[in-house]
Formats: sequence, C-alpha cells, structure tokens
Amino acid sequence: MLADYSILLIGAILVNNFVLVQFLGLCPFMGVSNKLETAMGMSMATTFVLTLASACSNLTYNYLLQPLGLGYLKTISFILVIAVVVQFTEMVVRKSSPLLHRVLGVYLPLITTNCAVLGVALLNINKEHNFMQSLFYGFGAAVGFSLVLVLFAAMRERLAVADVPIPFKGAAIGMVTAGLMSLAFMGFAGLV
Amino acid sequence: MFEFIAQSPLLAALFALVSLGAAFGALLGYAAVRFKTEGNPIVDQINDILPQTQCGQCGHPGCRPYAEAIANEDEAINKCPPGGEAGIQALADLLDVEAIPLDAEHGEEDVTSVAYIREAECIGCTKCIQACPVDAILGAAKQMHTVIVSECTGCDLCVEPCPVDCIDMIPEAQTLQNWSWHLPDPVSREVDIIATDPASNNSRNEDQAA
Repeated sequence: MLADYSILLIGAILVNNFVLVQFLGLCPFMGVSNKLETAMGMSMATTFVLTLASACSNLTYNYLLQPLGLGYLKTISFILVIAVVVQFTEMVVRKSSPLLHRVLGVYLPLITTNCAVLGVALLNINKEHNFMQSLFYGFGAAVGFSLVLVLFAAMRERLAVADVPIPFKGAAIGMVTAGLMSLAFMGFAGLV
Repeated sequence: MFEFIAQSPLLAALFALVSLGAAFGALLGYAAVRFKTEGNPIVDQINDILPQTQCGQCGHPGCRPYAEAIANEDEAINKCPPGGEAGIQALADLLDVEAIPLDAEHGEEDVTSVAYIREAECIGCTKCIQACPVDAILGAAKQMHTVIVSECTGCDLCVEPCPVDCIDMIPEAQTLQNWSWHLPDPVSREVDIIATDPASNNSRNEDQAA
C-alpha cells in the first residue's frame, strides 16, 4: 500500500517528470526561471493548484461524468475545474498573504493555462487512478515540476553572469541547458 | 428523473455542465464574500515605509498616492529622496525586487534638515504656510511666521515660495541618537567575484595587448 504510493510519487517526480520527460508545462518553466525567488513562488502556487485540481477533477469524473456516461466531456469539465480552483486559490492567497499574492502576481492566474495541470487530470483518467492515487499523482507531478523549476532557476542565475558566446546569450543558452537537463532526467528511466 | 436524464445524452450533457457551472459559481460567489479584502493591504505596508514628508518630489501628490502607484502601477521604488537608500532597501525587501540606486532626477538624499524662518525678515505673506504639506508653519497674515521644529519634515517646499528668501534649511545636529556609520559608496563595493566577469576580462585583454 505504502510502497504503491511511494512508487507513484517517485514515478511522477523523477521517472516521468512532467517538464523534462513529458514536456508539459514548458511555458512557466522557461518564463519564470529567471530568478530563484519567483521560481520558488511559482512552485508553491503550482504545487497547491495541481494537487487540488488533480483531486477535484477525479471527483468530477467519477461522480458526475462517469455515471451519466459523459466521458467525452472530460476535457471541457476539467478546464472548468482548474479555472475555478485557480480562482479560489487566488482569493484565499490574496486574503491570507498579500505579500505572497504580490510575489506570485500574474503567475497565479497563469497556472490556469499550465498544460501540466490539465495533463495530470487527463492522465489520471487514462491510468484509472482512484481518488487517493490521483491526489498523490498530482502532488508528485507538482513536486517534480517544482524541483526542476528551482534547479533550472538556480542554473540560470549562474548562466546570467557566465561568459557565454554572444549568439547563445539569454534564452538560447536556457534552451540548451534545459535540453541537457532533460537528457540527465532520461537517466531515471527504468527506476520504477 | 435521474434515469430519464441519464438516458438522453443531450440532456445529460446539459445537466452535467450546467450543474457543474452552477456549483462552481456558487462556490466562487461565496469565496468572493468570505475572502473579501478591505482596500489594498500592500499599499498600507508601503505607505508605512515611506517617510511621510508629503514633499511630492517623486512626482505624486503625496506619500500615499506614491505608495498606491508602486503597488498598482509598477512605479519605480527609487523616487523618494527623503527616504533615501535605507527606504529603497526596505521597499525592495518588502516587494521582493532588486534595490536600485536613488533616481537623481527626483532630487538627492541629503542630511535631514529643518526649515528655519529668519523672523526679523519675515513679512507675514503666508505663502510658506500654504506650501507646507504637514502644517508645520505657524503664523497669520501680516504676522511673523515660525516653524514647529518637531513637525517639520525638511522637505524644502517652503523655501521656493518665500518672496524675501528668509527661510533657511538647517541641517539637523548630529547627536548620539541619529549618528550612523556611512556605508562605502557603491563603486568601491564592486568586487570581481566571478572569474568570467566582463570587468576582469577587459583587464586580461589589456594585459595581452601590453
């Protein structure tokens, strides 16, 4: 039981990392990784939203769409669920921590369009996860996303001051680095 | 009822999406009321850091409008000379942005000073009273004016309108309470930490040229 969940977690974090192996959620990965602090903020917000959205979409599918035989409506329903979860999170964060709300700024609403969130919700259905498995899978995906985002942001802070040939400066060297990181994560294949 | 809906695909789809939308709408409506924020708390925090001189050197009519501009319109944080480097640092920490040097366009940080009216020369025109943003000048028309030292923020705004130039800005005397160790200036703080820094590269190229 416990082993199942830990395998699910490690699988989602390392082996099938959503950013570097499945190439989902690349826009925030490239967009928010310029500074370590914003990367941390984005990671926290995404972790919260992904876990919650994964669980909520599972409930929606199992208790509303499945009994009515409406499997074909899952994409549009999940988009609705994700949008509501993000909106709700934004309201709570704005009330409870104005500072975090400012730090996250535009990135919080942007999670709505993070394809990793929708990807996790749809993969949960494909893999026929139950509620707890969905929760863990969503959390694992979010931790994997955060890990990679923070690692990448740390590297980009070093790259900003490194002696890079002019044609490679900026986004170009970022892309090359992301590719190398992706290769490194391929090394986890076959771990579970 | 439920069986009837489940048997007709069109009705089922309509029912599912409408009920989903209605439930989420209700949730968000409740959240909007439950988690309503009064005003903008970040503006208050910024306003607390600003020196409250109300001098308008930043280009805004006072400290609070400037705080609102920082919070809502991404105004630069380096436009407050009375707050000085310390104020910019505090704002940068609060807003989690890089501290930037004071914008010289909006005046320079100088030692705190208070206005002093040379009372023998004052003609009682009340122009400085109208200029004072904090009501620190006492007096009436055709009567001699004077400055309440404890209220004066040293913003300079009364100096310009005085027709007889009888207002001096006197630097505050240094006491044990307000003495501070001066930081080294930013230029001498730059140290080559990274070997591939452009600065050290240049010097290496010069060595090769020589």
